[in-house]
Amino acid sequence: MNKPQTMLDKLWDAHFVAQRLDGRNMIYIDRHVLHELHAPHAFEQLEKAKRGVRRADLTFSMQDHTVATKPGRTQSTNPDGEQFQVAMREGSNRYGIRLFDLHDPEQGISHVVAPELGLVLPGATHAVPDSHACTVGGLGALGIGCGTSELEHILITQTLAMKRPKSMRITLDGTLHPYVSAKDLSLRILSLFGASFGRGYAIEFAGEAVRALSVEARLTLCNLAIEMGSRSGFVAPDEKTFAYLKGRPYAPHGAEWEAALAQWRTLPSDEGANFDKELRVDCSELAPQITWGTDLSQTISVTDAVPALDGDAEAVTKKQRALAYMGLDPGQPILGLKVDRVFIGSCTNARISDLRTAAAMIKGKRVASGVTAMAVPGSTSVKRIAESEGLDQIFKEAGFFWGESGCSMCAGGNGDRGKPQERIVSTTNRNFEGRQGKGVRTHLSGVEVAAASAIAGVIADPRTIG
Amino acid sequence: MQPFTSVTGVAVPLLQDDINTDQIAPVPTQRSLKPDYKDLFFHRARRGADDALDPSHVLNQPQFAAPSIFVTGRNFGCGSSREGAVWTMMAVGVSCIIARSIADLYRENCLQNGVLPIELPDHVADTLEKRIVTANGAEPFTVNLETQLISGPGGPDIAFEISHADRTRLLEGLDDIGMSLKHASEIAVWEERARSASPWLQRALRSPDTEPAK
Ligand code: SF4
Repeated sequence: MNKPQTMLDKLWDAHFVAQRLDGRNMIYIDRHVLHELHAPHAFEQLEKAKRGVRRADLTFSMQDHTVATKPGRTQSTNPDGEQFQVAMREGSNRYGIRLFDLHDPEQGISHVVAPELGLVLPGATHAVPDSHACTVGGLGALGIGCGTSELEHILITQTLAMKRPKSMRITLDGTLHPYVSAKDLSLRILSLFGASFGRGYAIEFAGEAVRALSVEARLTLCNLAIEMGSRSGFVAPDEKTFAYLKGRPYAPHGAEWEAALAQWRTLPSDEGANFDKELRVDCSELAPQITWGTDLSQTISVTDAVPALDGDAEAVTKKQRALAYMGLDPGQPILGLKVDRVFIGSCTNARISDLRTAAAMIKGKRVASGVTAMAVPGSTSVKRIAESEGLDQIFKEAGFFWGESGCSMCAGGNGDRGKPQERIVSTTNRNFEGRQGKGVRTHLSGVEVAAASAIAGVIADPRTIG
Repeated sequence: MQPFTSVTGVAVPLLQDDINTDQIAPVPTQRSLKPDYKDLFFHRARRGADDALDPSHVLNQPQFAAPSIFVTGRNFGCGSSREGAVWTMMAVGVSCIIARSIADLYRENCLQNGVLPIELPDHVADTLEKRIVTANGAEPFTVNLETQLISGPGGPDIAFEISHADRTRLLEGLDDIGMSLKHASEIAVWEERARSASPWLQRALRSPDTEPAK
């Protein structure tokens, strides 16, 4: 019998093209999705070098980072974004790449659009010049975030030269309570193991708690793999994955669908496969999580207090710095902190299931006075579905801003930013200093804590909001 | 790419862990396709609340105005994939980064641009950091990739590890794309095989009847 293989082994071996002089493996990239912030530079390099795009037919372009969210937007609504969007359009046209432009009915954040269109498939390699490419691992693909030089390399060769990552499996046991979701799982893992334990590894998320997640929730879980230090994180595909993909525009259909299914069923790690590292977390008593500091390992349960200043000198300095930036005292409870803004959106938590969860919680209620609340769908398709279900009305009646799709306040690249010292509960994926605007204090959480906090006007426990 | 053999110059210590790419090269308030990478260099971190340069910040001290070697803590360069966070280092003259550990994507972006990324185990980093803090920019340090030694005031040479492959790539200034294009025929062979093994991956076609409602 053959040696049992991990899913990573299978994916890697199936995509191995050659070994380079410098020892790196050239890995074939099945789908390459670009965005307007980084692609224009690579297009310019290509033109200078007079090189072409090898597989424009496997390459797709998105406008997401710099687009305005204001209803009725144009490419100049965010003046800084215009040059990027124009350069993206020109470059994509020049090289014959399908562009999901600003007014395309399927425009949106690349990591949201690729799954919903079936651009990403189980067993595929999927590169994006964006660190959250790992998101699509939720469908059983190997998502790989890359830099700008690597993006150019993929355009020319349709491969990426990499060292083979080591394999890690994180098994999540237990059943999640209501109001506890995939985002809480990722945040919990980060608080337990830190913000770089996954360096050099590709993470396979497994276990009962993962199997029970919907496909969209698995995308949320994998979205944070990069925050754990891993370029890729994934979940083995199963019947849920296949049901999700069936009939999606770019998914195989007809006889090819059956052939693909047969192959996808062979992807999961074999019984007895050996991982370079194994971790296990019991999630049965998991409470909703929230970050208190400025990196994602600084996470606590929403019912916990901000940590005291203990540990060695280095740990104390680090905590002090984070607490000062966040305007918090050691040991104070996080519940009840006054909130200025709530943002529901981003490639982490702006899929239709996220918006449905939030809408169900805020229906018939009002955002607390003094709180600016925004809901930004992850794609124009999500927005359309939400509107057909009347979710937009629920958000608007509650006092939320309801906008056009894009990255928005996640990184503020489109001008949606907070003001200095404002406290934001945000469903995004980075709480770094200045990420959402200079001096802005970001608390990351799942949709449940964010929605509850918008209504309460303070950081709130979604389990106690009726 | 420029080959890298050695660098001699000022070593600046920014001794923190988890410095992310948003800190190294923040998204400028005015986004531009051609930002001034020199100006982006730790743009926000170096400034106080009033936006003025904070003279006490190590990167603003005159002896560190033109650093060649950047010394830092754990998990350097985590966060967003932006390569600008390497270009900003190069714009101010840094060609070698010495850290306790470096985030994968950032490390890769360094190699792409001929910047030498060095990771040192804690006990070695402890010694080197002390020597660099003591030198305080007054005397230069040298990092030699051929001999894999770091030398400078305050003690004996310090050896560092780097994989043979990465070392060769930097020493010879191997062009990344050129290296891969040597394998063009293997790429074609792979595609040919994939077209029959998993044709749905070699084609990204829209199924009929799935046009979105306008
Ligand atoms: S939503 Fe945020 S994290 Fe996701 S792609 Fe956009 S900017 Fe990056």
